[in-house]
Amino acid sequence: MNEPTKTQPRIGVYICHCGTNIAGVVDCKAVAETAAQYPNVVVSRDYKYMCSDPGQALIQQDIKEHKLDRIVVSSCSPLLHEHTFRGACEKGGLNPYCFQMVNIREHDSWVHEKGAAATDKAKDLTRAAVSRVAHHKPLETKTTPIHPDVMIVGGGIAGIQAALTLANAGQHVYLVEREPTIGGYMAKFDKTFPTLDCAACILTPKMSAVGAHPNITLWTYSEVAKVDGFVGNYKVVVKRKPRYIIEDLCVGCNECVTACVFKEGKFEDEFNMGLSKRKPVYMPFPQATPPIVLIDPETCINVKTGKCKKTCVEACGDRQAIDFTQKAEMKEVQVGTIILATGFQPFDAKRIPQYGYGIYPNVYTSLEIERLVNASGPTEGHVVLRDGKTKPKSVGIVHCVGSRDNKTHRWCSRVCCMYSMKLAHLIKHHTDAEVFNFYIDIRAPGKGYEEFYEKLQEEGVHFIRGRVAEVTDWQMSKEEEGKLVIRVEDTLAGFVRRIPVDMVVLAVGLEPHADSQDVRRQFNISCSTEGWFLERHPKLAPVNTFTDGIFIAGACQGPKDIPDTVAQAGAAAAEALSLIKAGSIELEPNTAFVVAEECSGCKTCIPMCPYTAISRDDVKKVAVINEALCKGCGTCVAACPSGAIKQNLFDDDEITSEIEAILAK
Amino acid sequence: MSTKPKIGFYWCASCGGCEESVVDLAEDVLMVVGAVDIVFWPCAMDFKKADVEAMPDKSIVATLLNGAIRSSEQEEMAHLLRRKSQVLIAYGSCAHTGGVPGLANQFTREQIMKYVYEDAPTMVNDKKTRPQTHFKEDGRETELPQLRNVVRALDQVVDVDYYIPGCPPTPKLLKDAVLALLSGKLPPKGSVLAPNIAVCQQCKRNDSKPQDISLTEFKRPHQIIADPEKCLLAQGLPCLGPATRGGCDAVCIQGNMPCTGCFGPVDNVHDHGAKILSYLASTAAGKEQKDITKTLAGIPDPVGTFYRYGLAKCVLRGKVS
Repeated sequence: MNEPTKTQPRIGVYICHCGTNIAGVVDCKAVAETAAQYPNVVVSRDYKYMCSDPGQALIQQDIKEHKLDRIVVSSCSPLLHEHTFRGACEKGGLNPYCFQMVNIREHDSWVHEKGAAATDKAKDLTRAAVSRVAHHKPLETKTTPIHPDVMIVGGGIAGIQAALTLANAGQHVYLVEREPTIGGYMAKFDKTFPTLDCAACILTPKMSAVGAHPNITLWTYSEVAKVDGFVGNYKVVVKRKPRYIIEDLCVGCNECVTACVFKEGKFEDEFNMGLSKRKPVYMPFPQATPPIVLIDPETCINVKTGKCKKTCVEACGDRQAIDFTQKAEMKEVQVGTIILATGFQPFDAKRIPQYGYGIYPNVYTSLEIERLVNASGPTEGHVVLRDGKTKPKSVGIVHCVGSRDNKTHRWCSRVCCMYSMKLAHLIKHHTDAEVFNFYIDIRAPGKGYEEFYEKLQEEGVHFIRGRVAEVTDWQMSKEEEGKLVIRVEDTLAGFVRRIPVDMVVLAVGLEPHADSQDVRRQFNISCSTEGWFLERHPKLAPVNTFTDGIFIAGACQGPKDIPDTVAQAGAAAAEALSLIKAGSIELEPNTAFVVAEECSGCKTCIPMCPYTAISRDDVKKVAVINEALCKGCGTCVAACPSGAIKQNLFDDDEITSEIEAILAK
Repeated sequence: MSTKPKIGFYWCASCGGCEESVVDLAEDVLMVVGAVDIVFWPCAMDFKKADVEAMPDKSIVATLLNGAIRSSEQEEMAHLLRRKSQVLIAYGSCAHTGGVPGLANQFTREQIMKYVYEDAPTMVNDKKTRPQTHFKEDGRETELPQLRNVVRALDQVVDVDYYIPGCPPTPKLLKDAVLALLSGKLPPKGSVLAPNIAVCQQCKRNDSKPQDISLTEFKRPHQIIADPEKCLLAQGLPCLGPATRGGCDAVCIQGNMPCTGCFGPVDNVHDHGAKILSYLASTAAGKEQKDITKTLAGIPDPVGTFYRYGLAKCVLRGKVS
């Protein structure tokens, strides 16, 4: 081993086996032996589990014994154990930032096959870290306070649950919902599987609790326009769209709706999936929260032309809740944490034309059926065909529409099997029709789910295993006359069947919102390749994101049913609370700073900063960075045309020495 | 024999502007000529290579060498002058960072030869004759220098003590350097003899620069009549002042022309062009591809804009094959 002179750094290198995770592919002993030859390396070891207590003790002991002043650990992702090893360095009496971690698991053993090449890569990565760590300087951590208020985006069951949990704990919550009412998809459902309790009965009390809660500011018909800041200190601008109703003055009497110059509803009712008509002034549904009306600018004659008798205003009378001059309003609030609960959108059944949605009137999506079977729906719970009167005698439910399909979405939407069986039960109950379920596999893994499946089989609902090929009106026999025919290969019976039915229900899957990428960028979080918001760790940090202080809950993270959504919402609320209760959070010291005597005052950096941490000292005519606001993103460092901005842990010396060492053979 | 300090000037791959900049000292040139003994200056005085070879090593106090190193002859002279001089100064952009000749590194030597001796529209050369390093005519043999594969800055060929930047250097920089030499008050070896701070610091228009420029398009100087009071970058001209070493008193900007970067980068910047690219990209507003494309259209020659004087010192060096 090299014995460096006094002024040179004394580096300790530790190669972790991670059981067989790394050692199964990489020859850890050989890496350690090679690393011992790298410049300034005094100690080089390999060990089974560096993150274990004995592993950490090894580092601490070596620091004392060998007077080490720099440590390199080649193991797993810094996301998992950087904190652990920095802690070990600190306990050993070393500044925790005189440490560099190398990921030879995710970046090496897990992605390569066993062999010399994988071992060589571990050596290269370790050599780069050894070269880099020599330039590390001792740094100090800073803390930032956490603003106690929370913003929740999305007012479905996830957002509602999280909002109530936090508000009940005494935190102030801003709940922002894009639609005119909270409630989300759950508000459209009649019953919930597998217990068949009434969705409205369990949801609407929560909705009104949100509306009435003193700790919740509810902004419906609103969208987040801008997000600035960082954990503990987010500045969010919310755009409140004009509903042409003064919220505080409207009592939800609906007299304006009755009085509207349109005597009958004329426009597609979004809440009923277009199965009924509404007026330009309307309340989405009777239990809407907030329980107030809104005016749709696209269809209201007065908003569009200004030429209307305004019978609504007359009906509102002294309350004067209608205001046609209302404009979009921007609200800026300060919050410490944000929970995204933006949900999903249903798969567009028209993307699979062979299933006939939009072609044959009696092909429905599952959400339309949810409204049809709902007692407060457009038909008051009567399941009838599009003609509005005929009860179907036979119904076919097609599973996996837009799920488990290479042509559309590969994922299982997780809820369709169960809601299809629920709808099968309800349809049978309402109409006594023959109901056929066409499934690939029945996925019923939740509590009471398999029992529900058994119950349905006992009820006489038919289950046919096979992906439906097409829905057609091409009739081949007398019994198919006037019916829709479902063609499917029955993979259990082993032949192709034609099943004539009156009504087809397409069990559409769940997909990310069309604008999920925009939302993700706005909040600076990541998405999986499918477009679902990405959790920090699939098992151990399922509601955290890679951005501190931003959490995710519900179907925006991936398809899930109501119990899982509620559980996740509670978890997200707990994570937010844990930050709030801690009161402050330790910040990485990887902040940027300006070397004033090298700054020409060109101002290039100022607009670059996403955290508005940079300002100009007008006396000295140089840029100044507020280190408390700096998040260490490095944007200004790259932008500074004269290299006068430097960043802790990302000094040019540190980066270039790392690159040079990795390229050197 | 004179006891005045001996000074040499030499000219490699450059335009000759640096030589003129010496004369630009105006009446101060008399002070210089009076204070030193010019022992080598082929451009202005009749000395031969053999005269230099005859001098004892380190007998020249300082040689100011301008121009990049492109040919074997220039390389040989650089080595010779290095040996004979106590202090070797890279004078002007070409010696400092490769300069405009360095832009040739975008092409291989073969591409350049082929274009110049075969494809250029003004070339008539049916036999495709190329210059040879050795040829004989009428029984006499001649030797021509060889073109090297790449253009290099002086310090990529020999050890350099100081740099005087600029295309060409301003008389003030030259005068200050000569005075420093005469007084012996020289900064640490390797220094650029100009302030380590960007042009904006000296620019009178700095205060007129808005904090957020967010340019949607870049313009070229001939496309607009620039407001002589306002920051040129804010007017859409890709002024490189923020990314370029100052010390020039922002003379180009005073002349209502944007800075093109001739003083090279400040000490902290390793790759001038990459830094310029990074900084200009930062000032562009576009986030979507179509907006970015529109903005980029205002810079039709990116290498010539970002690396006008520094391609030889670019981390990527040049085209290999």
